Amino acid sequence: MPENTKKELNIKPEEILEIIKDISGQDVYVCYQCGKCTAGCPMSENMDIMPNQIIRLLQIGAFDELLKHNTIWLCASCLTCTSRCPKGVDLARIMEAVRLLLLRQNVAYLNASDIPEEDREELPIQALVGAMRKYSP
Amino acid sequence: MKRIGVFVCWCGSNIAGTVDVEKVAEHFRTYPGVVHAESYQYLCSEPGQKIILNRIKEHGLKGVVIAACSPTMHESTFRNTVQQIGFNPFQLEIANIREQVSWVTEDKDSATSKAITSISQIVEKLKGNEALDPIQVPVTKKALVIGGGIAGIEAALNIAKAGYKVYLVEKEATIGGHMAQLSETFPTLDCSQCILTPKMVEVARHPNVELYTLSKVTKIEGFIGNFKVTVHKEPDYVKRADCTACGDCAEVCPVEVPSEFNQTLKYRKAIYIPSPQAVPTIYHIDPETCLGINPIKCNKCAEACERKAIDFDQQPEDILIEVGAIVVATGYDLYDKELMAEYGYGRYQDVIDGLQFERILSASGPTEGKVLRPSDGTVPKRVVFVQCCGSRDPEHHKAYCSKICCMYTAKHALLYKHKVHDGKATVFYMDIRANGKRYEEFVQNAIEHEHISYLRGRVSKIYQENDHLVVMGADTLSGKRVEIEADLVVLAMAMVPGKGTMELAKLLKVGYDENGFLNEAHPKLRPVESLTGGVFIAGAVQAPKDIPETVAQASGAASKVLEMFGQDYLWKEPTIVDVDGSLCSMCGNCVLVCPYGARSLNKEKHIVEVNAVLCESCGACAAACPTGAAQQRNLTDKQIVDMIEVALEIK
Repeated sequence: MPENTKKELNIKPEEILEIIKDISGQDVYVCYQCGKCTAGCPMSENMDIMPNQIIRLLQIGAFDELLKHNTIWLCASCLTCTSRCPKGVDLARIMEAVRLLLLRQNVAYLNASDIPEEDREELPIQALVGAMRKYSP
Repeated sequence: MKRIGVFVCWCGSNIAGTVDVEKVAEHFRTYPGVVHAESYQYLCSEPGQKIILNRIKEHGLKGVVIAACSPTMHESTFRNTVQQIGFNPFQLEIANIREQVSWVTEDKDSATSKAITSISQIVEKLKGNEALDPIQVPVTKKALVIGGGIAGIEAALNIAKAGYKVYLVEKEATIGGHMAQLSETFPTLDCSQCILTPKMVEVARHPNVELYTLSKVTKIEGFIGNFKVTVHKEPDYVKRADCTACGDCAEVCPVEVPSEFNQTLKYRKAIYIPSPQAVPTIYHIDPETCLGINPIKCNKCAEACERKAIDFDQQPEDILIEVGAIVVATGYDLYDKELMAEYGYGRYQDVIDGLQFERILSASGPTEGKVLRPSDGTVPKRVVFVQCCGSRDPEHHKAYCSKICCMYTAKHALLYKHKVHDGKATVFYMDIRANGKRYEEFVQNAIEHEHISYLRGRVSKIYQENDHLVVMGADTLSGKRVEIEADLVVLAMAMVPGKGTMELAKLLKVGYDENGFLNEAHPKLRPVESLTGGVFIAGAVQAPKDIPETVAQASGAASKVLEMFGQDYLWKEPTIVDVDGSLCSMCGNCVLVCPYGARSLNKEKHIVEVNAVLCESCGACAAACPTGAAQQRNLTDKQIVDMIEVALEIK
């Protein structure tokens, strides 16, 4: 995933959860780490840490650690986790909030020019638009 | 004017942390009618109570206001205390400045002024209080136990052995409840039947116990010490004295339906005995499925019975019994696995619940103790156990922990390994809650010696693939998602209150919580009593609990019943609602609104009569009375107006 994920953030660590809550409406402390989100995640095979671990890292304030992994960028927002979470945590919204928080630093994690020409022609336009919305500010 | 003393309790920092207790006491030192006021750390303590007694004597107090916690907590404590020195207990009132003031107010100044207002109201009320004598109520020394599981059996036996008559009412055809269905019990692995059956026989044979099976309580009238209960008994359609439980009838019965006792894993006939150990040990006919009861289409069982025990003409009966105390022990059911969407809505034959697995393990079960899976009767070599199914899921199911599943899942996995040595058992868990005597050791033994694989994570989905199931889970400890193939999946479903608990609670006028479990009178100090006098609770109807805890609670409930039966009379609050004959217009409003049937119109004497024993002092009649003839003792209209005026500072 994008190399510049490791760029220093312009946000104070203690504000991160507040911002995530503002964007997503979700409180990460509601999660009791049962792992049901991970158990049903269709993208988990390619993730280097599991969805429940993303929440865990947020809970213990290890935001920098979270940024080292590709998980938030692979989340497909399929809402399987959200619909099955026993605590009603909308995990997909939290993933989106973390992405937005990073994108709002005005860093693009995907540039249209980086996509090889032949792929650009073959990709459905919705996929391109979707990718640009998800990965660039 | 009445000489009143005001005592302000700190309740440690519970009250004093928010309310300026000394300022409050100071305020009342100059309050009209108050001759003494002081504050103290813990008024409910021994020294605290002594202070109150001493001040009554020193100042010649005629009224006492205790500003402290809720009256449901300590009103009786303080009233009993003052009674020791001949002070009329009804001249003592509680002002609740904890639950209604300090716990719900943050700002110290507003809390202090609110406390002053609350106490002022109670002082004004107290000025109008009369000295009252408690009402004497006789006790019928017989008990009703509702529910014939282990809780009901234990409670009934305890009471019966103490020498009192017990009516034991069970809705099924046999007593024993869910415990009779279990294979072996944790953590000792004694056979459930072996320890329960002797008790079932003992209770049924005890001369003081009258057992009603296939029966339900349909009506309850009366009050503590004097209940009149209607028990509706469905017929067995078999003469009890003549049936020898030979089973000839069931052999010829053409009807087959899933057996409830075997959790639908086996069929039974329309004439059947739930299990060979059933008590009473007789066959009975299920009228819902029998062909022959009405209209007469089939007579096969009656023809087969050599002793002519079959009697299609038996009718349901309503039996009226009089008892002084009631123990509710109606137990639990399992939460329906049909409600678990992601685990297949109950449509996969090899996804079963814990009680079904108990039947499979049980020597008297459908497979005679051999572990065979329901779909094809083969031995499952890979079994997955899933804990917390429906429990600890506030979003979709039940928020609470069902308490026993950690233990019975460990037991299931262990027994499975004992029976299928080359089998692989996997348990999905969230936390292991093994907090009982030898419980933790039991689980650790299962993990260490039987190599049961414990994976920490919830299961997201179960689906069928060819002849096996796939369980999608996670192991959060290693941070991995796992998919496990299984031949059989056992869901540890949540415990919920037994069917019909809520209807029964309404009949008994007993409270229940948001999950339908009956409320105890106090979560710590009165765990086996309900808030309705004379009604006690035992077992899983109060909350999920295991057998040892259930038996302990049942004995506790029985001892409360015996405490009552040890007295010839009970004393009842005298704060009933009287009628002033000169004001009463005989409109009958009070008779209509009374929920307890305590009031009646006597047209000859032209007066409303009040049955002091039935009156529960709710005040509905006093509120409905248009002329002010109905006045509650020590809470008259004048007292209420005085309280309002002082609160609004217009007095």
